[in-house]
Amino acid sequence: MSNQDIEKQEFNITVYTENQIGLLNRIAIIFTRRKINIDSLNTSPSEIDSIHRFNIVITESEDVVRKVCRQIEKQVEVLKVYYHTNEDVIWQELALYKVSTDVIAEQVSVERLLRENGARVVVLRKDYTVFETSGHREETDALINILQPYGLIEFVRSARVAIIKDSDGFNSKLREFERLEPGEDVIENEYLNQGQKVFSM
Amino acid sequence: MEVANETLTAPVKAEKSIELTGSAALLEALIVEGVDTIFGYPGGAIMPIYDALVDYGDKLNHILVRHEQGGIHAGQGYARTSGKVGVVFATSGPGATNLVTGLADAQIDSTPLVCITGQVFAHLLGTDAFQETDVINITTPVTKWNYQVTDATEIPEVIAKAFYIAKSGRPGPVLIDITKNAQIQKFDFKGYTKCDHIRSYRPKPIVRQQYIQQAAELINRAEKPFILFGQGVILGEAEKEFKAFVEKSGIPAAWTVLGAGAIPTDHPLNVGMLGMHGNYGPNVLTNSCDVLIAIGMRFDDRVTGRLDKYAKQAQVIHLDIDPAEIDKNVKSTVPVWGDCKETLPLLTELVEHKEHKEWLQQFHDHTKQEVEQVIEKELNPTTDEMTMGEVIKQLNELTKGDAVIVTDVGQHQMVACRYAKLNKTRSNVTSGGLGTMGFALPAAIGAKFGAQERDVIAIIGDGGFQMTLQELGTVMQTGINIKIVILNNHFLGMVRQWQELFNERRYSFVDIQSPDFVRLASAYGIEGKRVDERKDLVSALKEMMDHQGSYLLEVTVTKENNVFPMVPQGCSVSEIRLK
Repeated sequence: MSNQDIEKQEFNITVYTENQIGLLNRIAIIFTRRKINIDSLNTSPSEIDSIHRFNIVITESEDVVRKVCRQIEKQVEVLKVYYHTNEDVIWQELALYKVSTDVIAEQVSVERLLRENGARVVVLRKDYTVFETSGHREETDALINILQPYGLIEFVRSARVAIIKDSDGFNSKLREFERLEPGEDVIENEYLNQGQKVFSM
Repeated sequence: MEVANETLTAPVKAEKSIELTGSAALLEALIVEGVDTIFGYPGGAIMPIYDALVDYGDKLNHILVRHEQGGIHAGQGYARTSGKVGVVFATSGPGATNLVTGLADAQIDSTPLVCITGQVFAHLLGTDAFQETDVINITTPVTKWNYQVTDATEIPEVIAKAFYIAKSGRPGPVLIDITKNAQIQKFDFKGYTKCDHIRSYRPKPIVRQQYIQQAAELINRAEKPFILFGQGVILGEAEKEFKAFVEKSGIPAAWTVLGAGAIPTDHPLNVGMLGMHGNYGPNVLTNSCDVLIAIGMRFDDRVTGRLDKYAKQAQVIHLDIDPAEIDKNVKSTVPVWGDCKETLPLLTELVEHKEHKEWLQQFHDHTKQEVEQVIEKELNPTTDEMTMGEVIKQLNELTKGDAVIVTDVGQHQMVACRYAKLNKTRSNVTSGGLGTMGFALPAAIGAKFGAQERDVIAIIGDGGFQMTLQELGTVMQTGINIKIVILNNHFLGMVRQWQELFNERRYSFVDIQSPDFVRLASAYGIEGKRVDERKDLVSALKEMMDHQGSYLLEVTVTKENNVFPMVPQGCSVSEIRLK
């Protein structure tokens, strides 16, 4: 393993963008041109009207992540980009499991296992039951292994969503990022709801 | 629609709205943006726009090129000499895909362009319709911004945004794809307002005084400071500010290929060209300087050579408008974000007036060695056969350094960049980052339209000329006056040079045959001549320059000459070879 591989770790990249067709591609190709695999990608509207938030997980060295983030931020419709290590964020993935209802009804142990793993029933039908659980990859994986012997019909897992641990939210992180960054637009969370004003330059 | 909501800050001034087609609205928008010249080629999906052009012929000069690649390179040449945004039209499908090389070239060389492509009707999108190509996705990696218009009402805002994005900050190409229905559709045109703000887009980082101060302190303490400048100085229109900085600080300054001409080549503090085929002193002394001041340049690998042996001893001050360039290749000690037109005067104010005589002398000493071992035999050869360098030298005598020099890619490009005398900014038009062979002929056409009062000389190799020689048709039809010098060494010279030096002379497909270029030109009604002997060179060049109208001069040069000095790939700049 080269030094670079040793330096590699998971990074959570948060991108705030306009809601624009084609932007997903524009962001994705910044990774693909460097042959970086996107481990997980989630995109959804943010807490601010008309602004979208991408959560992207990649495994890379910090040096590369920093450069990639700047290249993403350079895109016209990107408002701001941040990156964090797993230690800096609280993150979750949601998983859904479809299991035959008969099996669960017959096997008492299944119910216990589900409860131990924090799974909740989403849909209960005669023919099947859908459970959900959320957590880190190992946790959602563990339940797959548990359910497999009982006839897991279908499984799906969401992309990762992450929120930063810092009690100030993005505020202090932003300031830190801003220290070496150009521009005066220190974005404060309390301003974010004011939409347009926040990102005025 | 996002665009409609966010982009225009100034209110649209509507005295009274008029009903226009999307096509007419596009052309109205171009006129307000100050566009006078369009390079393009019609086709099915852009026909409504071409139909509207008939009514705007007195305001918009459309140049019919022979291939869309020629169109976009012409747009680049126009932008590079005029400082304005180059405008290119192409149809959908193959028309649009033929733009891709030019877009990539403009993207990497930061050339402001607005390309308009026609697209199939919106209801046909995604159906594999005739001449349908997903041009937005194809061009995303090679545009600063792109957008597909499917409704005519979007056109004014989108075009305003396109011009603003293309020209502001670090310039670049923008592509707007307009579906045919939007071109035909009539709507209430409420006037056109230029865009000057997009909330998510920060063209210029705010200048931080603390970095200016840190930079000035480093410079004032430095004993062997060295300036590297690139096209950023030209794009930022900061030539005066740059000259003032250089002259006050007394620091030797060397240029990247695209920075050539930002200060005159014979300025006493201009110590020459950087990079793989740059001058000896600037390369060697990069690894001796104590403070490296990079201005509007991006440390391309052709400039730095081996990065882990590049200026490791130096503290680096990097001035750039694009934050993504800082620390990308070379770690900076002080990052001076911002437009160099703003940052340079601030820095000039704080730097001490100095003369670095001994340090400058080191550059002169290296130049002396380079003259003895390389330059003398290139410019004043004693061999029978002519060299590329002597052609450029003779050309300098005639132009006095006032002409625009457009070059293609390869040996002749390096020779022209090394030896051409440039007095003025915006005199050097070449494909730097992408290295696009076939660039020069169409770019020279555009360069002439962008600077009609100036002499435009295209210097092209026999290989590159054959990539886009169809644009001789454009030269013919427009009747413009450009001078074409083909330096014919009967080889793909640069690849041959590498094969000689690094592949033990195993020549692989570098032996290229050419047509009779003079007769070819003649078929297009362009005067021309071929020169094989030195005794005829000067008079032929003079005849070319004096000729009213375009002229093609083919000069037969020595076949297996190498461009030196050279930093072999994978070597440090200080390991530059003189032979």
